[in-house]
Amino acid sequence: MESCNCIEPQWPADELLMKYQYISDFFIALAYFSIPLELIYFVKKSAVFPYRWVLVQFGAFIVLCGATHLINLWTFTMHSRTVAVVMTTAKVLTAVVSCATALMLVHIIPDLLSVKTRELFLKNKAAELDREMGLIRTQEETGRHVRMLTHEIRSTLDRHTILKTTLVELGRTLGLEECALWMPTRTGLELQLSYTLRQQNPVGYTVPIHLPVINQVFSSSRAVKISPNCPVARLRPVSGKYVPGEVVAVRVPLLHLSNFQINDWPELSTKRYALMVLMLPSDSARQWHGHQLELVEVVADQVAVALSHAAILEESMRARDLLMEQNVALDLARREAETAIRARNDFLAVMNHEMRTPMHAIIALSSLLQETELTPEQRLMVETILKSSNLLATLINDVLDVSRLEDGSLQLDLGIFNLCAVFREVLNLIKPIASVKKLHVSLNLAPDLPEYAIGDEKRLMQTILNVVGNAVKFTKEGSISITAFVAKSESLRDSRAPEFFPVPSDNHFYLRVQVKDSGSGISTQDIPKLFTKFAQTQSTATRNSGGSGLGLAICKRFVNLMEGHIWIESEGLGKGCTAIFTVKLGIPERLNESKLPLMPKVSSNHGQTSFSGLKVLVMDENGVSRMVTKGLLVHLGFEVTMVSSSDECLHVVSHEHKVVLMDVCVPGMDGYEIAVQIHEKFTKSHERPLIVALTGNTDKVTKENCMRAGMDGVILKPVSLDKMRSVLSDLLEHRVLFEAI
Amino acid sequence: MDVVKLQKQLVDYRASLYHEAFLDEQFTQLQELQDENNPDFVVEVVSLFFEDSERLLNELAKALEQQSIDFKRVDAHVHQLKGSSSSIGAQRVQKVCITFRNYCEEQNVEGCLKCLQQVKHEYSLVKTKLETMFKILAAGGSIPM
Repeated sequence: MESCNCIEPQWPADELLMKYQYISDFFIALAYFSIPLELIYFVKKSAVFPYRWVLVQFGAFIVLCGATHLINLWTFTMHSRTVAVVMTTAKVLTAVVSCATALMLVHIIPDLLSVKTRELFLKNKAAELDREMGLIRTQEETGRHVRMLTHEIRSTLDRHTILKTTLVELGRTLGLEECALWMPTRTGLELQLSYTLRQQNPVGYTVPIHLPVINQVFSSSRAVKISPNCPVARLRPVSGKYVPGEVVAVRVPLLHLSNFQINDWPELSTKRYALMVLMLPSDSARQWHGHQLELVEVVADQVAVALSHAAILEESMRARDLLMEQNVALDLARREAETAIRARNDFLAVMNHEMRTPMHAIIALSSLLQETELTPEQRLMVETILKSSNLLATLINDVLDVSRLEDGSLQLDLGIFNLCAVFREVLNLIKPIASVKKLHVSLNLAPDLPEYAIGDEKRLMQTILNVVGNAVKFTKEGSISITAFVAKSESLRDSRAPEFFPVPSDNHFYLRVQVKDSGSGISTQDIPKLFTKFAQTQSTATRNSGGSGLGLAICKRFVNLMEGHIWIESEGLGKGCTAIFTVKLGIPERLNESKLPLMPKVSSNHGQTSFSGLKVLVMDENGVSRMVTKGLLVHLGFEVTMVSSSDECLHVVSHEHKVVLMDVCVPGMDGYEIAVQIHEKFTKSHERPLIVALTGNTDKVTKENCMRAGMDGVILKPVSLDKMRSVLSDLLEHRVLFEAI
Repeated sequence: MDVVKLQKQLVDYRASLYHEAFLDEQFTQLQELQDENNPDFVVEVVSLFFEDSERLLNELAKALEQQSIDFKRVDAHVHQLKGSSSSIGAQRVQKVCITFRNYCEEQNVEGCLKCLQQVKHEYSLVKTKLETMFKILAAGGSIPM
């Protein structure tokens, strides 16, 4: 045998087993070589792989293992030493590498495991985030739906449209089978089905409002799930097949404008609510989710607001319509009033003429009648006629004045007049009435009041008379005082007339008249009405006193024309009242004799001579007849000195006296002697007063005696006014008269 | 109107006075003398008359009570009374005074006494009538003529 370096396999080769081993080794080697290739391939493909070094190691290990098995193929049969050496090298290397790899894996495998854990964690996190994302998206979806719904609801102000739109949109958004709105009836005791989604014309189902389920819904502001079998939810006829879907109900507050307070949100405790019922489709196994309930609640609130807006709008439209109607009506009324005023003015203008003509005839003829000879009864009748017709004329004038005053066409008749005379005239006119009522009337004229003034005498007297007349009319007992004075500037400004700033000047003064009475007074709320035309206070006293209610209105206008002011003060009912007025009057510069009105009572029928200022002396022992004679002479305008005895007479008589009238019928006194003595006293005849005897004896003897004594005239008692006047005027003219029976 | 009624009443009354000869035209004259300067003339004169007359009547009564009657004084008083009453226009009083004076001249005591009674009677009558009339007038005022 040659010595070969061949290595014998350990055991004798079994043919079949050897074959199988040979094939297996082959495949193992193949696999071992392909695995790293695959690894390399896939690693290259993947982007991230942190363990390259491990891979290289692993690859090396596998390659070597493969090499080992490959080389093992040759060891099944006889193989040379080289093969055995290579085999051994390969195995050694494989051992080294695999040990290294094993050592390395100890480090690496926990890492790889933790990677796995992290991966799981990340996956969970991703799932969670996904879920949340889903939620947010759903919420955003809900919000979008709400906005859209709100927009739809609020885009109209019509109540029906709002409600209909709500139901439609909700149905669409939530996919509802049925949606219904129950409104409270007018009585508030029932809910009535008002709107539904699917049914076109809801029949008027009503449900009592105090059901427990309804109370439950109303008591909470949230959407509440209710049973599909409760009366509000049973809108469709229930058939056996259907499993009704879940039902939710929510309250819709019906807000009213008056519910909103300024400071706090409206209390919802006493509110009326409507009920909205939403039904999911039956047989759908769908459930109400939280976000959907929220959506429903929000929609319900929005609907409430939209409805209140609609209600406000309706209200304001109604108010505007009403205002327009009223405007039209007012315009019409104004035009009618203007027409009426024009018609009245025309009527008055015509009636003015028509009414005045007969009045003129009555007054003129009555006054002519008055001048003729009448018995006292007839005279009285004529005077009554005259006075009544004057009153009627005044009334006509009043009415016409009022209308003219309104037009502004009235003008004052200015002239010089005696101011004091006006007051005295008023006093005289009012005294009879006052004395019937036993009222005391007093007139108080200030001393600085000018005697003459420029103004409208007639209208001033009318004003004063009206005011005083009212005072008398409304006073049952007590007194009336009339005060007149010149108003100073401080007193001119009155709290009642703050806009009134009169400025007295040299040419003008302000007359202030106050009429105070102790009568029934006026309550403070009636005072403004006093100067209104035709308005009278409602007391029976007014009714009985007559009067047209025009008086004060006219007075006010006259006073205003005279640039003055009139007002009435009263402390109240039963406390009397004071009427005060101021008027502006002119001051005449100089009193020309020619301009002066004559003294009123001097009738210029007879006696052209003016007796004013002439001095006479009256001697009479009898007080009464002395007084009567004095009265006569004063009435005629003489300045009278009275003496009661002859001595006195001789003492007093002087050349200033134009006439001496003496009673010569007194027994025991000799008037004739006095006459003689007077003659002796005054030597010059032009200085001597004329001597006239007043006697009751008509016999011739007396007359002769008088003549002999040197008397200038004899007058028989009783003396009438006219007789005295004519006698004295003749006497003074001719300086002698010898008969005056 | 109340004023007219009042005036009618007054006039009726006065008319009656004239009719019954209590007053004559002299009274009318007196009333004419009343004006705004002399608003109370009539009242004053009549009051004076009343005063005067009462005094005179007292004097007369006293004088006629005397044992020896001084007819001159009585006559003087009666003359005064006559003058006053004629100034007023108290017609009846005046007439009685005239009669009285005649009795005085005759110095007829009984006649005088009788006249005194009459005068007193007439005076009181006219006084009452005038006072009534003044009540109607009250504070005076324009009496329609």
